[in-house]
Amino acid sequence: MDRVKGLELTGAEIVVRCLQEEGVEFVFGYPGGAVLNIYDEIFKQDKVKHVLVRHEQGAAHAADGYSRASNKVGVCLVTSGPGVTNAVTGIATAYMDSIPMVILSGQVPTHAIGLDAFQEVDTVGVTRPCVKHNFLVKDIKDLAATIKKAFYLATSGRPGPVLVDIPKDITAAKHEFLYPESVAMRSYNPVVKGHAGQIKKAVQLLTEAKRPMIYTGGGVILSDAAPQLTEFVRLLGYPVTNTLMGLGAYPASDKQFLGMPGMHGTYEANMAMQNCDVLLAVGARFDDRVIGNPDHFAQNPRKIIHIDIDPSSISKRVKVDVPIVGHVPEVLEEMLKLLRAGSKRVAAADLAAWWKQIEEWRGKDCLKYDRNSEIIKPQFVIEKLWEATGGDAFVTSDVGQHQMWAAQFYRFDKPRRWINSGGLGTMGFGLPAAMGVQYANPGATVACVTGEASIQMCIQELSTCKQYRMPIKIVNLNNRYLGMVRQWQELDYGGRYSSRTWTRCLISSS
Amino acid sequence: MRHIISILLENEAGALSRVSGLFSARAYNIESLTVAPTEDPSMSRMTIVTTGSEDVIEQITKQLNKLVEVVKVVDLSEAEHIERELMLIKVRAGLKEREDMKRMADIFRGRVIDVSDNTYTIELTGDCAKLDAFIQALDAGAIIETVRTGASGIGRGNRVLRV
Repeated sequence: MDRVKGLELTGAEIVVRCLQEEGVEFVFGYPGGAVLNIYDEIFKQDKVKHVLVRHEQGAAHAADGYSRASNKVGVCLVTSGPGVTNAVTGIATAYMDSIPMVILSGQVPTHAIGLDAFQEVDTVGVTRPCVKHNFLVKDIKDLAATIKKAFYLATSGRPGPVLVDIPKDITAAKHEFLYPESVAMRSYNPVVKGHAGQIKKAVQLLTEAKRPMIYTGGGVILSDAAPQLTEFVRLLGYPVTNTLMGLGAYPASDKQFLGMPGMHGTYEANMAMQNCDVLLAVGARFDDRVIGNPDHFAQNPRKIIHIDIDPSSISKRVKVDVPIVGHVPEVLEEMLKLLRAGSKRVAAADLAAWWKQIEEWRGKDCLKYDRNSEIIKPQFVIEKLWEATGGDAFVTSDVGQHQMWAAQFYRFDKPRRWINSGGLGTMGFGLPAAMGVQYANPGATVACVTGEASIQMCIQELSTCKQYRMPIKIVNLNNRYLGMVRQWQELDYGGRYSSRTWTRCLISSS
Repeated sequence: MRHIISILLENEAGALSRVSGLFSARAYNIESLTVAPTEDPSMSRMTIVTTGSEDVIEQITKQLNKLVEVVKVVDLSEAEHIERELMLIKVRAGLKEREDMKRMADIFRGRVIDVSDNTYTIELTGDCAKLDAFIQALDAGAIIETVRTGASGIGRGNRVLRV
């Protein structure tokens, strides 16, 4: 790439040059007053392509989906005030699932900040609780270095969205452009390498286990550790479960895979989590949807090993016996080395007995449904989708029953194929995320499994799909209900179905 | 249990609100928080007095460490440390009370730093318990105004917190 070092550029030019330097191919965004200088510069070049969404929430979800499906940084560009507030749901969605993303937002000119100017909002304040970090650029001298830092922070350590708020006068001011080669921050040095002693201890515990269980989450996907995990699990011959965020880390069609754990998981995965004597958690955080009440979970005695890049994830909800802070693929690689070097294996008889028990649990076939039903069952739809796509599609989903059916019945054999809002649970995520996924994988089949409620939350993006001719397949499991709400009302509210029916709402108002 | 946590952080706009925002977002307690730049103007030193179980304190230190602008965190209460707080207290000191009030300030090693016809302003330094004791020792009706800085803490001896 030709570098115009030392050349005087406007702030807007610097922004676009920084994106080029970072190898950004696509920016998902929506123009407005405060970012017009930046849009003008995007117009003048063709390395960074802009995708015009219909609502800023869509821009954030699309950048997020792009990142999830590719492990490249998703970038979105929004204007000040409502542009940012509209994007907040998308930013919070990415934050809860630790998705590397950079959000560039316009701001009113520096001299107008704090004066309740038109389209002014305290962007740094509004987004602070739902970003890994954010910046307000107050001096053009800091612009390039700040953008560099944003990309570095987004992708390193535990990833997450980083926002850079850029006042309009900064985009017009001029400064010499120098893009830093690297970043050093005295206050930010994430641990990468796991502690050797702890790793040794973990391998020993695992090999001495009688009823071992491996539980992995989104961290394995995000760190691209699926190959190491798969080798590790196969070498040991242990049962494994992947959380909603971790599906695809281990092939779902394999015998050692017990399905998903937790509230919407399988009987066998939950029973194995409960009854194991050594539990290895990898890039997972013992979320309330996975283990329920931590006090109840802690009642069964078991040793827990927890590998995570984020020290604050360890012993947050569940006490851990062997904590290992580090980058998952590197830690697994270290553990594999010890295993290959011949650490003794679990006693074959114990493991066989444990598998026999698990097979009994599996024999319950807890996900069975009526395949001969006259009415097409949603589970059947997902199974057919799996068949039709050879199990090789990128599947995005919204939030609700359809999401759980997709997670349970589309057997994900590869990482980064299952794209959903696990942490925040954002209805409206599926369609715009699918747009990002499609841009990350132009030739691939992308399916958005949704419900008639969720799809309406970002339905405006259909127009974007049409404009850019995105061949996204939308599978709408229409049950004329807010299905998940109905399910809870049925179980917990004595069947008092408050505000969960579309048709009735529509009929009574017509 | 009460803990006193010391933090070195970048002296940047917004760093304070990241820390206070963390405490409110995660429902941690703050009894007091005090912050000012250090001898290196690019760095601030913050002292937070908080209460919580061991698990909560562990999470607090981990979450603080996670903030990008936080350079170092230490729980001072884990080992020997000193803490001091400054209080400025304005009290009634008319002809009748003047003598007693001065004596009381002397007993607590306070200093009268401002005088008017009917008030004293007393400066008092000590750990939080000492300041509490002084307030307790005064007649509630005698106190006109109280300003406390919150505790600042430092480790004893060779125990230091620096980059």
